[in-house]
Amino acid sequence: MSARLGFIMLVHTALDRAAQVARFVAASGSPIVIHVDARVSATDHAAFKTALSDLPDLRFARRHRCEWGTWSLVAAMQSAARQMLDEFPKVERVYSMSGACLPLRPIADLEAWLRRHPDSDFIESVNVADVNWTKGGLSDERFTLHFPIGFKRNKWLFDRLVDAQRLMRVKRELPDGLTPHIGSQWWCLTRQTLDAILRDPMTPHYERYFKRVWIPDESYFQTLVRLHARRIESRSPTLGKFDHQGRPHVFYDDHLQLLRRSECFMARKVWHGADRLYEHFLTPREGGVSGAEPQPSRIDRHFARATLQRIRGRAGLYMASRFPVKNRENGKTAEPYSVFQGFTEVFQDFEGWLAAVASCRVHGHLFAPHKAEFAGREKIFTGGLSDNATLRDYNPRAFLTNLLWSTRGERQCFQFGPADTQGHRFDLLSFMASDSNAQISVISGAWAVPLYLSGKDSTEVRREAARLQRIETRMLEILQSPDVRARIRIWTMAEFLENPAEPLHLLFDEIAPHSQARLLRLPDLVDLGGFGTFLQELRNQGMQPVLMGDFPLNPTSPDPSHRMK
Amino acid sequence: MGPAAQIIQALNWRRRRQQRLARALRKRRELALLVNRTEAIRPRDILLFCTLRNEAARLPYFLRHYRALGVRHFLIVDNASTDGSREMLAEQPDVSLWHTQASYREARFGMDWLQGLLMKYGHGHWCVTVDADELLIYPHHLTRPLPALTDWLEAEGESVFGALMLDLYPKGPITAQRYTPGQDPSEVLTHYDTGNYTITRKPDTQALWIQGGPRSRAFFADTPQRGPTLTKIPLVKWHWRYLYLNSTHTLLPRHLNRIYDDAGGEKLSGVLLHSKFLPEVSAKSAEEKHRHEHFGAPKDFAPYYDALVAGPDLWAPHSTLYRGWQQLEAEGLMSRGGWG
Repeated sequence: MSARLGFIMLVHTALDRAAQVARFVAASGSPIVIHVDARVSATDHAAFKTALSDLPDLRFARRHRCEWGTWSLVAAMQSAARQMLDEFPKVERVYSMSGACLPLRPIADLEAWLRRHPDSDFIESVNVADVNWTKGGLSDERFTLHFPIGFKRNKWLFDRLVDAQRLMRVKRELPDGLTPHIGSQWWCLTRQTLDAILRDPMTPHYERYFKRVWIPDESYFQTLVRLHARRIESRSPTLGKFDHQGRPHVFYDDHLQLLRRSECFMARKVWHGADRLYEHFLTPREGGVSGAEPQPSRIDRHFARATLQRIRGRAGLYMASRFPVKNRENGKTAEPYSVFQGFTEVFQDFEGWLAAVASCRVHGHLFAPHKAEFAGREKIFTGGLSDNATLRDYNPRAFLTNLLWSTRGERQCFQFGPADTQGHRFDLLSFMASDSNAQISVISGAWAVPLYLSGKDSTEVRREAARLQRIETRMLEILQSPDVRARIRIWTMAEFLENPAEPLHLLFDEIAPHSQARLLRLPDLVDLGGFGTFLQELRNQGMQPVLMGDFPLNPTSPDPSHRMK
Repeated sequence: MGPAAQIIQALNWRRRRQQRLARALRKRRELALLVNRTEAIRPRDILLFCTLRNEAARLPYFLRHYRALGVRHFLIVDNASTDGSREMLAEQPDVSLWHTQASYREARFGMDWLQGLLMKYGHGHWCVTVDADELLIYPHHLTRPLPALTDWLEAEGESVFGALMLDLYPKGPITAQRYTPGQDPSEVLTHYDTGNYTITRKPDTQALWIQGGPRSRAFFADTPQRGPTLTKIPLVKWHWRYLYLNSTHTLLPRHLNRIYDDAGGEKLSGVLLHSKFLPEVSAKSAEEKHRHEHFGAPKDFAPYYDALVAGPDLWAPHSTLYRGWQQLEAEGLMSRGGWG
């Protein structure tokens, strides 16, 4: 067994786990120096020492009282590193780890790997000017302001001190020759480099500076190594990513396979209760030294996905722990969908035709006053949505977002119109208009066709026509307002009927770009023979139907043999 | 709202909280201590608080579930059980038991009693407060027990954990099922609704108000505002000042209701599997209808009880078979947040 790789270990909680890991490391013959936080109680410390007293090459470093983000952590590392170099002259490299680190492969593998990279110092060391991953807002200010107290001791005072110094434009001078670098505090340095850092004649000067830097344990060695190393491999030998708030990801039993396949040497940090992980990785393994290269990318992706879900969330999802305020949704709905207004009115069986030619789910008027007309007129639809109108109208917007969330992967199309539920102050249409997933197509004035066909008494028709025209006017205003994000197309009825093929073709290119071959025939138009006269009748009654455009008194219907394309 | 109005509002809420806490202290007199094993509670133990009545059938699995999750001590108020629940609980080594014959409704549906216990025993602990028909699950719950969850939440700076109450129901009439005590209720109540929940934010408390699910569509379709409230905050790092305002739906101080992210991200959250619809529900509903111990205006809910007594079938072709937390997480009923 060679003893050329030494470990320094910082411990402050879960001492039993730290002892287990120390024992595993020591079993490979590597010396180890442990720093136990001075805040650990005397009894716990004594028990910890006793538990490890049988290990010959294990030392305890002078204890410092450690506070996160402050110099005390660097002081602890310095003491432990000094002791390691002094007491174990054969040690050629020093690896810094914490009590919550877990070796994933035999130490012999790590040593073999390090031997393949002679003279290299493995330490993440990134120029602070190029860093975009410092969490919590402070990057170069870590070095240019004074930080006399730790964040955890008094958050309020910490923030006020930063504010005050910003106001006073404080800018500390860096010691000559130093370029601030930051990176993970879990590194592996060669004796030569570490010794040079610890013995640097300028050390007192540097220390004075770094004692007032924020989180110096992420910058002291990372900066000084730039002065002394022969060859820097700027990456941490320890697998350990940080989340969006700068906290380390934690490994649990269910990460066993991920960790095994990563071929990394050391993981941080591991939950102290992860029995399976500790048992698996601390059981000595048979077989020779493996030369596999560490592959942390799979684990990185796993955690990157989780972080993304925490920060961005899933588009179109509204639930107990995700309820974005307006315009912070990162996607108001889950999937693109199409809203047709006026199409069922001018075409015969538009729904059936659409369902046949485009592979998407085609509903009727989802927001019809009496009930939600789901495709196939189901009573309970996907997700448990009921067709009950009262239930739907209790929160129509949630009805829509629920439907689109539950049917992810299948485009939804539905009919809409001025006779339908609009929600409180046209809330529903405003929502759809501001949603970039929505494709809204309107044939304005088409609501008059069912009235024309109803054969109802003319006063009643007149009143209803006036009401629908008022609502649709308001709807068109919303659709034409400047802040819409939906794809909106509006034709007057007269315009549309002049050549229905062209608009339909346009829409289909968007809904089903690959199904053009099947677009053989237009749906049949409703017989509008007397519609012009009907409109004139409304005018005669004193109403002014305008939204359908200039509809001729006796329209010539489009050529029935008309084909798209 | 101006700053002055905000201060007045905050003071009002504080007064309300203090009054409720005082009331809870008074209501402690209604409790008779039967078995006290609270000396066994250690500083970082996770505790569970529950008021129940006649839950002998559910209790064996309930205790098993929460023990497996890492609950170390159960503090239970028995409200006049007659089915042996009390005797069964008294024998458990990790249960402390209180008893009362007083009115559940008068004690704010049992919350006053629990509030007093929370104040005395819960301070500084992570406390689960649930009903006997609620089983808490969360992402990774099979491999990461509650202490793993609470360690994570603490590192995140959170002191509350939110959950959606999810009604489970069987395929076929409720009364046609068989449930054996000790059995996992989800083996009988196999289905649930995935996507018919509505959410609004209450402007005064900032709490979310989630409604929907099978009860809303089957019993409250014409009066949706009466549909059950499904927002729950069942896990809290308790402070004696905290107050459950309205069942476990809302907490005071108000900032504790922020179990959600409102900037697009997802916080970590769980689901309370609700086993209300075990076959015994119809007999219990017949009794509850006359006891008038549930709901603020019990008479309004007579049709609901009648429907339950009749043993309805809540299943529909789009009901989803329950297969575990991964599925609920993928469907967005709970979220792993950043807990990868």
